[in-house]
Amino acid sequence: MSRAIEETQKMIDEVLDVYPEKTRKDRAKHVKPNDPTGSCANCQVKANVKSRPGVMTVRGCAYAGAKGVVWGPVKDQITISHGPIGCGQYSWWSRRNYYNGQTGIDTFGTMHITTDFQEKDIVYGGDKNLDAALDELKELFPLANGIGILSECPVGLIGDDIEAVAKKKSKEFNGMPIVPCRCEGFRGVSQSLGHHIANDNIKDYVLGKGTLEKQTPYDVALIGDYNIGGDAWASRKILEEMGLRVIAQYTGDASVNEIGIAHKAKLNLIHCYRSMNYICRHMEEEYGTPWTEFNFFGPTKIYESIRKIASYFDDSIKEKAEAVIAKYRPKMDEIIAHFRPRLEGKKVMLYVGGLRPRHTIGAYEDLGMEIVASGYEFAHNDDYKRTYPEMKEGALIMDDATEYELEEFTHRVRPDLVGAGIKEKYTYHKLGVPFRQMHSWDYSGPYHGFDGFAVFARDMDATINSPTWNLIRRKKSA
Amino acid sequence: MRQIAIYGKGGIGKSTTTQNIVSGLAEAGYKAMIVGCDPKADSTRLILNQKAQATVMDMARERGTVEDLELNEVLLTGFKGIRCAESGGPEPGVGCAGRGVITAINFLEENGAYTPDLDFVFYDVLGDVVCGGFAMPIREGKAKEIYIVTSGEMMAMYAANNISRGILKYAQSGGVRLGGLICNSRKTDREHELISEFAKKLGTQMIHFVPRDNQVQRAELRRMTVIEYSPDHPQADEYRQLARKIAENKDLVIPTPLSMDELETLLVDFGILEQEAVA
Repeated sequence: MSRAIEETQKMIDEVLDVYPEKTRKDRAKHVKPNDPTGSCANCQVKANVKSRPGVMTVRGCAYAGAKGVVWGPVKDQITISHGPIGCGQYSWWSRRNYYNGQTGIDTFGTMHITTDFQEKDIVYGGDKNLDAALDELKELFPLANGIGILSECPVGLIGDDIEAVAKKKSKEFNGMPIVPCRCEGFRGVSQSLGHHIANDNIKDYVLGKGTLEKQTPYDVALIGDYNIGGDAWASRKILEEMGLRVIAQYTGDASVNEIGIAHKAKLNLIHCYRSMNYICRHMEEEYGTPWTEFNFFGPTKIYESIRKIASYFDDSIKEKAEAVIAKYRPKMDEIIAHFRPRLEGKKVMLYVGGLRPRHTIGAYEDLGMEIVASGYEFAHNDDYKRTYPEMKEGALIMDDATEYELEEFTHRVRPDLVGAGIKEKYTYHKLGVPFRQMHSWDYSGPYHGFDGFAVFARDMDATINSPTWNLIRRKKSA
Repeated sequence: MRQIAIYGKGGIGKSTTTQNIVSGLAEAGYKAMIVGCDPKADSTRLILNQKAQATVMDMARERGTVEDLELNEVLLTGFKGIRCAESGGPEPGVGCAGRGVITAINFLEENGAYTPDLDFVFYDVLGDVVCGGFAMPIREGKAKEIYIVTSGEMMAMYAANNISRGILKYAQSGGVRLGGLICNSRKTDREHELISEFAKKLGTQMIHFVPRDNQVQRAELRRMTVIEYSPDHPQADEYRQLARKIAENKDLVIPTPLSMDELETLLVDFGILEQEAVA
């Protein structure tokens, strides 16, 4: 064991020491010093298991994963939050998945429906209520191309047969896809299962049913980009400039039709591996569509990814790929030249969902910043395996971190910037630590692609170097 | 006010027995109310002499919410002033009948159905205690006293034993007690002795042995209790005796449920299970 790893382990032990013995032992498996080589047997992070009761976890639920991530952004379908009002209300347009279209006419991104369960729906079943809601929806929004029924917990408890209702109404609505999504929040250990369930829905109800007039040798599908603040548009621009044709986006700014044709792509390009690897694997097995992971955060990773993607195609694409890199490199160098001196050597701690804790590392490093700690809310083992090589030896890795751990590690690691979510934001404001929301881009964005890097660099600088922080007294080092 | 819940295996005769007991109590001058806790809603038909009364949940469903209901729409008065309410609920296979029981009982409480002049409230509860909803009558300080209807048939005893386990759980948290077993005879072998012994093992008593008599059927067909239909028939006296014993019962215990082995041994001892069947 190297010294860096040993020191980090010592810090982890100290932080976890306050826990009762059982909790300490359990949490110790989830918080580890990084070993980029993967040879340190004791540095493997345990992932995707139930959170410990009594600690504050910031995880979401299966419904959040299915509705908020996968189905929510599909723009010409409408999601029904099936159950009592709360889940629908609090997930109403909370993720800034941008889209083009006329809201309420042919696109419905901001329009959410709930069946608003009352006692009688629980006692007598909510199926009649759902049936009526579907009729109303069809009448109100005749141009909707699909409906997603997102199950809330009580639906699973009383055993409502939403599949039967979906099937019946789909027939009545001339075969319109009506997707019953059994994403009851009590299922699984985090939002991750919701992604999987929603991927299975795509497979069972939509994939293979769309129309694509003609296929070209340069067709790709952009998978796992939810167009937060316009991310997918910035990514798509690069792919198109490379000479590729993006036939489908999953699921940011996506139409139901394009969800149904992604298997016809020559190559599936997957950005958020955690939430959409399932459907990519299915398309590979069922239709032989190959897939590859890529990373459009920061120029280093973008260049690398452009070349990787181009390697799947002929020389014309490879040439265009180099041309794209050559075209944007001066702009990227200019951004780096401007911001790097202001950010050089700054330490960053990240705690995000299932992809960004590793995918954004390159972008920070392009700006001269160092990731000293990173953690996932709902990653699995394969995500951690992809993370180890991206981080320095002895960096801190956290799985399903608790509020206490995040705060305590902040005092010890002393990051200059913390990137996490809305639940952490105000804690860090009070601690006087510069903070960016890395789920929603803090109402900014895009952060993907060349366009996104300009915004990313500006935002990180604006956050870290804001004079505001000087007005807050920061707790002295522990 | 004594609140009493009647449990037992499905089809064992809980509703018939309950209504006959309550008729007996009413005849003796007690004021009583029956709350049916079964979506089938057949706990009050013999008192009201009608098919099935309007239930709390059915009315709530019709109106939209339970708040739109008036008590007098769902609390009816029948034979000898007995007050009757039914929780109601869904047809089998949909929704959550247990939640219906909870909602209905809450409605009755909040709207003043439990008046101080009542001597007895009887809850007639669906078959097994399958979920929290059907335990509602014995939670939160409602029914403190339970009678289990059983017969000498193995499955009825098996259910009775299971119910005793449920009582044990709520005995510790809510103070509920077992008042005894009511044997509704199916004319099985040595039934009287078997149930007496079973009751003893559960730490309770067989409070009454109700003999099988077709008069019960005849009365049922006319939507009446035996006491109302044929007050002079010997079977009416059986129910009067049972009612009196319950009214006078002070023997309330925390049950000691049997293990499966003990239950089977008991059945072997009484010759119901062959020795080989157990081995």
